[in-house]
Amino acid sequence: MLKPAVDTDGAPFWEYAARGELRVQACADCGELRFPPRPCCPHCQSFAQEWRPVSGHGRIWSYVVPHPPLLPDYAALAPYNVVLVELAEAPHIRLVGNLVAAAGAPLDSVPADRVRIGAGVRVVFGADGLPRWIPERP
Amino acid sequence: MASLKDATAVVGIGQTAFAKRLDEDERTLACRAVLAALDDAGIAPGEVDALASYTMEETDEVELAKAVGFGDLTFFSRVGYGGGGSCATVAHLAAAIATGQATVGVAWRSRKRGSGPRPWRDTTVQLPTPAQWTRPYGLLRPVDEIAMLTRRYLHEYGATRDHLFNVALACRNRANQNPAAIMYDRPLTREMYMNARWISEPLCLFDNCLETDGALACVIVGSERARDCRRRPVYVHAAAQGLPAQHHGMVNYWNDDPLTGPAWTAARHLWKHADFAPEDVDVAQIYDAFTALVPLSLEGYGFCGRGEGGAFTEGGALEIGGRLPLNTGGGGLSEAYVHGFNLLNEGVKQLRGTGTAQVPGASTCLVTAGEGVPTSALLLRS
Repeated sequence: MLKPAVDTDGAPFWEYAARGELRVQACADCGELRFPPRPCCPHCQSFAQEWRPVSGHGRIWSYVVPHPPLLPDYAALAPYNVVLVELAEAPHIRLVGNLVAAAGAPLDSVPADRVRIGAGVRVVFGADGLPRWIPERP
Repeated sequence: MASLKDATAVVGIGQTAFAKRLDEDERTLACRAVLAALDDAGIAPGEVDALASYTMEETDEVELAKAVGFGDLTFFSRVGYGGGGSCATVAHLAAAIATGQATVGVAWRSRKRGSGPRPWRDTTVQLPTPAQWTRPYGLLRPVDEIAMLTRRYLHEYGATRDHLFNVALACRNRANQNPAAIMYDRPLTREMYMNARWISEPLCLFDNCLETDGALACVIVGSERARDCRRRPVYVHAAAQGLPAQHHGMVNYWNDDPLTGPAWTAARHLWKHADFAPEDVDVAQIYDAFTALVPLSLEGYGFCGRGEGGAFTEGGALEIGGRLPLNTGGGGLSEAYVHGFNLLNEGVKQLRGTGTAQVPGASTCLVTAGEGVPTSALLLRS
C-alpha cells in the first residue's frame, strides 16, 4: 500500500495523525483554516501558522468505488470505497479517506452499497497512522 | 493595445495515423505531423520561427527543429497541466505573432499513450496533484479523481448515467463517420454502455477516453499572410487560459464550490473578447478525457445554466443537427486521445467545411482544453 509522500508543509499533519490526532493548518494571524497545508495564508498573506485540533466529525460529500486496473495492492482489495469527508467545523475542507468498519479494518470492510452522500462519519486511526472514517450510526 | 481578435489564423493542420500501437517513436511521429501541417499550409519548414507545445511533450524544440529543418526560432513556449494546455499552445503562438515576436508558429503534440505506460502507475513521480492526501487511500488514477466530482454532480443536480451516455454516444457516432478514428467501425449502444465494466463508479469503461499512439500539429500565421496560404484561413477569434482562485487541479476538493472549475474562468475572458456569444457557436470541440467533463464544460462555457449540463445533452442536442454538435471527429472518447490536439484540428476542419461529419455552414467553433485542470480555450471562426 502507498504511504503518504510527505512534504515540508504536510509533515505536521502526519506527525499528529501518527499520535491519533486530527489537526488542520490554520493561520496564526487571521485564524482561517486551510487545506492542503501551504507556506502562507491566502487570505492575509501571513506566514505565521498553527495546527488546530478538529472534532473528527464530518459528512460524506462524495465517494467512488475503484475497480481494476489498479496498483496490485489496491487491485487485491477492489472494489473498495474512497470517500471525501467534509469536516463539521469547516465544510470546505474535505479529506480523502476510506469508510471502514472499525479502526484498522481494510479498505473493503464496508460494502460499497452502504456508502451514502450526507452520511455522518467519525475519524479513526489505524496502525498505519492514516485517518480513516467509521459511520456515526452503524 | 494590440488585440488578438482575428489577428492570426490556423492555416495548416497535420496528423499521423491513430492506433493503440504505432511502430515509430514519438520523435518521428512529431516530425511527420509537423511536416504534414506545413505541407497543408504550403509553408516551408525554414520559415518557421515559433513553437509551442505541452510541458509533457517528450520531443523538445532542439530535436524537432534540427530534424525537420526549421529556421531561426525567436519564440518557443510550453504549457503545463497535461490536456489543459492544448488550446494554450495556439494562444501563445497567436500572442507572439500578433505582437511581432515571430511570424510562423507551429504547435504540436506527439504521444504514445496507447502502447506506452499509464502515468498513474509511476508512484515515484508526483503527478500534478497533491498526491499525499489522496493516493494512499486508493484514489490512484485521474478517473478516480474525476469520478469523485461526478458522483457529487449527479447527486446535486439529478443528472444520470444516461446523460453521460449521451456524451459517449455523440462522440462514438461521429467516430463512426471518421475513417481515421480508432472507433470508426465500432458502434456503441445504450445496452453496451449500461452493462460495461466499471472503472471507478460511477464511471464505466465508455466514460473514459481512449489510449492512443499518434501525433498532430498545426500552423499559425498572421491574418494578412493567411490569405495567401493554400487553405481557407481559420481565424483565432479569441483565446483564454484559466486557473481559478483557490483551484486544486483534478482534486479540486478544497474550496467552497468544487464543481465550478477552470472552464468558468476561461469562459469569462473568452466571451469578453469575442464578437459572438454561446448561442452563436455552430459546433464545439469539448475536451472529453471523461464524459463527465462535458456537462461541466457546457455549464462553464455558458451553453446552459448551473446544473443543467446533464439535461442539455437530451434529445440529440450533441448530435449533428442538434443544439450543439460536438466532438465531430469522435473526440478523445472515440477518435483518439492525444491530449486534445485532435479536437483543435477538428475545429479547423469544420470551419474549412471538410469535416467527416460536417456541420453544414459552420462558421464558428469553440475548442476547449482539459476541464478539471488549469485549462485553455479558443474561439475559431472562418
